[in-house]
Parts: sequence; structure tokens; C-alpha cells
Amino acid sequence: MLATLLISIGLNGYSALQQAYFKLDISVNTEKFVDDSGAPDNNKMNLFNWDGLVQSALREFFPEVKDRDEKKELFAIISANAGYDLKEIIKKKALGSGSHTLSVWLHLSDDADQYLKGRLSIDIPEEDRRINNKQIAWVNSLVERDIAKLKFNKTFFTSADSREPESAGILGSVIGSALTLFVTIMFALPLAVMAAIYLEYFAKPGKITDFIEVNVNNLAAVPSIVFGLLGLSVFLSTFGLPRSAPLVGGLVLGLMTLPTIIIASRASIRSIPPSIREAALGLGASKMQAALHHVLPLATPGILTGTIIGMAQALGETAPLLMIGMVAFIIDIPTTFTSSATAMPVQIYMWSDSAERAFYERSSLAILFLVAFLISMNLLAVVLRRKFEKKW
Amino acid sequence: MNNILKIFTAAVVGAVLSTGSLMAREGDQISIVGSSTVFPFSTIVAERFAKNTDFKAPVIESTGTGGGAKLFCAGIGLDHPDVTNASRAMKSSEKETCTANGITPVEYMIGFDGITFSNSNKAQKYSLTKEEIFKAVSAKIMSNGKMVDNGYKRWSDINPSLPSVKIDVLAPPPSSGTRDAFVELVMHDTCKKVYKMPKKGDDGYKALCSALREDGAVTEAGENDNLIIEKLAANQDRFGIFGYSFLDQNKDKVQGSVINGVAPSMGTIADSSYKVSRPLFFYVKKEHVGVVPGLQEFSDYFMSLAVSGSPLEAAGLIPKP
Repeated sequence: MLATLLISIGLNGYSALQQAYFKLDISVNTEKFVDDSGAPDNNKMNLFNWDGLVQSALREFFPEVKDRDEKKELFAIISANAGYDLKEIIKKKALGSGSHTLSVWLHLSDDADQYLKGRLSIDIPEEDRRINNKQIAWVNSLVERDIAKLKFNKTFFTSADSREPESAGILGSVIGSALTLFVTIMFALPLAVMAAIYLEYFAKPGKITDFIEVNVNNLAAVPSIVFGLLGLSVFLSTFGLPRSAPLVGGLVLGLMTLPTIIIASRASIRSIPPSIREAALGLGASKMQAALHHVLPLATPGILTGTIIGMAQALGETAPLLMIGMVAFIIDIPTTFTSSATAMPVQIYMWSDSAERAFYERSSLAILFLVAFLISMNLLAVVLRRKFEKKW
Repeated sequence: MNNILKIFTAAVVGAVLSTGSLMAREGDQISIVGSSTVFPFSTIVAERFAKNTDFKAPVIESTGTGGGAKLFCAGIGLDHPDVTNASRAMKSSEKETCTANGITPVEYMIGFDGITFSNSNKAQKYSLTKEEIFKAVSAKIMSNGKMVDNGYKRWSDINPSLPSVKIDVLAPPPSSGTRDAFVELVMHDTCKKVYKMPKKGDDGYKALCSALREDGAVTEAGENDNLIIEKLAANQDRFGIFGYSFLDQNKDKVQGSVINGVAPSMGTIADSSYKVSRPLFFYVKKEHVGVVPGLQEFSDYFMSLAVSGSPLEAAGLIPKP
């Protein structure tokens, strides 16, 4: 079952590992956008007509294109972000003042990309197609001249979301997920371990302890969207924490995984033979020392297994994030716990909802990436348990 | 183990302290909420805006028109969004909430979106009237001056010149703006203009002409329009209701039916000869202009892109003629 699923997603997604690029030899005089010391001037760089530069370089391959509408069709085969990408490349190169000629690889548009991958059927009438006969001829001619080709899709792994499929990547959401999960583990793990030790060793049997236990067990079964609502009303409205931030996402997911980790930790602590603790107590250790120095280290593998499974569950959640504004279109890669961010499953959901055909294969590849992540986390849990588990 | 505990405690305390000093949002980012129909256009503008200026990229959430208006009108300050997108004009009740909270929404109309009634392009292209669509999807239909349960099973039952194919329509869910607009532009319009029903009262058209069939002829699909397109491609007898931008991107799979004699296209929607179209808006919080950096520039940039020949048109927006 899982294999069928993975194979079908894999067949849809493998082609997103490649992306159509084209090579341009561009001569540029940097005097127009560097200041007196030769360092690039942001303002002047923004004002410079990068699209024009790319377009005129492209037109050199097709001097026969003169008509205004025809030019527009020609420019539609290259990425709408080509000018911006060129600007970023030149900014990074930090060319000194003067004239330079450099050859750069830029993205073709998503339609040209899909055509080259054979994902656009061309046996239907021209007016119903995303790419017309002229554009196909141009793309083919670029390929014949070895100027355009499919290369490894580095952008997919190095950039955040974009509206142009060719510039969209998963890095932003991967970092968003990482920041969120860091907050989750920092919040949930200590709290859960403390709660488990308290419930096992310190809580006096009685109505209050029973009440806490029933609550913990019930919390584990609460639908995740409810935690989102809680996050919205408590963290956002009452505490005034920022919307769309990994900090809030982490706290919400932490609350969600808390019962899972408590239950796993308690089971793990209970499986440690009482003789260990009794021996420690008999040698004069305090109750706290017996728990922290003797029981907890032995229970760690079990606790970690429970934590990793809880984390894997949190990694795949979108519903609670919807309520706290992490389901959003965000172009910048998040850098802090309070900057706006999304998470990997959210990114997949948003791409699968986009009209552009090229997002289809990208969401499939992102799913594979997420599943690989989940499987390796679960694998880690199994390995940890095998390695450190003691039979008594 | 003790050391680990100390590190944990320090990290948690540190995280809590560091957030205490922060504002509700990093104030240099524009926050946008609202309609899922405007969302794709808004994101294109936001990306270009961020890439061509030094302002930070706006954060855009797709909450639906109603949800967006609620968040937008909740108050002034960085806890609340600066812009809301809408696939209909702001309702008077929403405006009242805004005014009550001291908010002045500034309206920008960006263009139109057509709603299509589409099927697989391997099947026959239908030419329908609004009334025929009404008869196919409405829970109640007009018979001898009374509204009765809809019993039409096949298209040929509605109009003998239509093919003898089972009626099978995928409709968007009630939460979507597309559904609201379809109900208003096709169903209410038929009741008002063809059946001449009064607006108010128990037998007003809003009460009688808003429900879709529940006998299997109409299925509610999810918000994911790509899924509807896949389902139409798989079953040639099926119809789907979705926005023009999705038809435009998927013309190799689906075709839009001719409605009241006009086929949906950029041209017919812009000159309003295709009757199932609606205006799209975004609203800016006037009180935030000048406080949130780039807000006015963003609005101007959005309007400068809402013209013909722009990337927004390429994504399916139909600019004002």
C-alpha cells in the first residue's frame, strides 16, 4: 500500500528534480549601479532595467522577431523572474566598476519547462495550449543550439516559495518546520518528562491525580484543529504573540504532542525495575535524586522514542497551523522564531492548490521529501530503542 | 542529566523572555488576508513588489472574503492585517464593524473574474442559458408558478435539444466565494429576471433559490479546484463550477460552456458580455498607511499591474477595460 503510494507520487514528482535552464552571455557595464567606491548600490540596482537586459540578450538569438506581440510571446518562454535572478547573481559576484561579460544560466518559464519534460500534450489545438507553435519552435531551437537544457533543479532546494514554479523551492518551509519543531521539543519534552516523573513517583493517589490522568489521556485524542483554536485565542489574542510565527506554531504543536510524550515517558519509567530506585533510596538518595540520577537515565531510550514519534506527528500537521496564520504565502526564508514562516505540509497544500501545472510535480517531490523525513525520524526512534533498550 | 535539564530550562526561559519584548508582528512587513480568488493575484504582486523594491515581502493568507473582512475590521494596530482581499464588495455590515473600530477601508477594484460551467474537452461543448443551469442544479424549480422539488435527471429533460446525458455537477463548497457568486449570478438572477420573484418575504428568491440539489445530481467538491479539473478529465459527463483562471490554465483538459450565447474568454468577461462574472477588490486600512512601510507603494503597485498585458492578466485576472 505504502509502496504503491510512494511509487505513484514518485512518478509524478521525479521530474521536478530537473529544471529547464538557458544560457545567456551578457555584457554589462556596472558603472550604472555601483557607487563611487565600486560597491553595488541597492537603489540603483533596483532601478536598473534587468528584464530589458535579459530580453535584449535573448533577442540576439532570434533577430527575426520584431513585432510587439511576437516579442511578448518570445519573452514568455523565459522565467518572469529572470531579470531578478540576474540581479541577484551580479550582486553576489560583486563585480568591480567597469564593463564585464559573463555567461549565466537562467530559468526558462514553467510552460517551456513542462514542454521540455513532455508534460504538456501538444496534440491538441494551438489556442487551447499553454505554449503555442512559435514558442515551441523557439524552445527547440534553443535546445538544438545547446543553449537551453534540463539541469538539476538547485532552486528547489535553495529558495523559498514563489508564484513562478521555476523559482519556487522548499527551503523556506523546511527551515520554518525546523524552527517550529525546535520550539515544540524545547517546550514539550521537559514539561512532559517532569509531568511523567511527578505522576509516577510524587503524586499522591487521589481524586486530583485521577483527574490529571484522565485529562492527559483525553488530550491525546483531541483533534488537532482544536489546539489551533486554543493557540489563536490564548497565544495570539491574550498574549499578543505574532501571527504566522514559528514560536506560536511550536507552542501549539507542543501542546498537541505533550500528552503523547507524557504517556510514552510514563510507560518507559514504569518499565524500569523498582529495585533500581529502591536500591538508590536504600543507599540514602533522596526521592528526587533516585528519580533523576537513576531512573531517568535508564528510561531515556523509551522517552526519546515517544518524543520522536510525537515530533513526527507534529511535523505532518497543518490544521492547527491554519488558525495561527502559518498557512500563508511567504517569500522570505525565515531567520528567527518570530519571523513569518510556513511548514512543509503547508507548502505542499498550497502548491497542490495552485493553478500552474508545474506546481503539480513540485508538490509531489515535496511530498516525497516530507515522507523521507518522517520515515527517517521513525527509523531513528527504532534504532535508538534497539541500541539502548535493556532487558531486565 | 542535570546539565541537560539546566540547558533546557535556560532555553525555555530565554525564549519566553525574548518574546516579551517583541511587538505583535515584525512591523516592517505588510500583512494581507482575504479571498482565495484574489490570493493568486495578490501573491504575484507581493513577489514582484518584494523583488523590485527594498521593502520586505508581504505575508499573504487565504482566509476567504468573509474571514478576511472579519480579521481586517477587528481593529487598528500591528495585531491586525493591513489589507484584505475580496471577491465581492464589502458588505454594509462589515463596513459598520470597521467604522465601529475606527477603521477606514480604502477600496481598490482590480478587475473581474468569470465563473465557468465547464466539462472535459473530449465531450461535447454545451450551449446553455442561465435558466437551464438553474434547472440542473437548484434544489427547487418553478412549475406552474410554484417552487417544487427538482426532478430533472438528464440534460435532455431540461431541453430536448441537449444530449441525453445524466446531470452530474461538481459545485464548490458553501465556504467559497465562487459558490456565493455562482448562486447570486446564476440562481438568484434566474429567479429574479426569468421567474420575476419578489426580493423580500418568505417566497423571496433569496430564500427559495439558494440551495443546490442534494439528490446526487450535484456533488460538493472541496476548495481544491485542481481536483475538480482532474475529476472532469476522468468523467466526460460531469460538469464543474470554478473561476476563469483555472479554465485558462487547463484549456488542454476542460472547456467552458457557452452561457446565454457567450463563451467565457478574457474579452467577453472584460466587456461584460459574458454574464457570469464578478468584480474583485482589495481594501487597505487607511490608518496603517504611513505606519506600515510600503503600504501605499504596494497599493499603487497592485493597481499598476491590474492592467491588460500584465502578469496578472496572464494568471487569469480580467482587468478593467
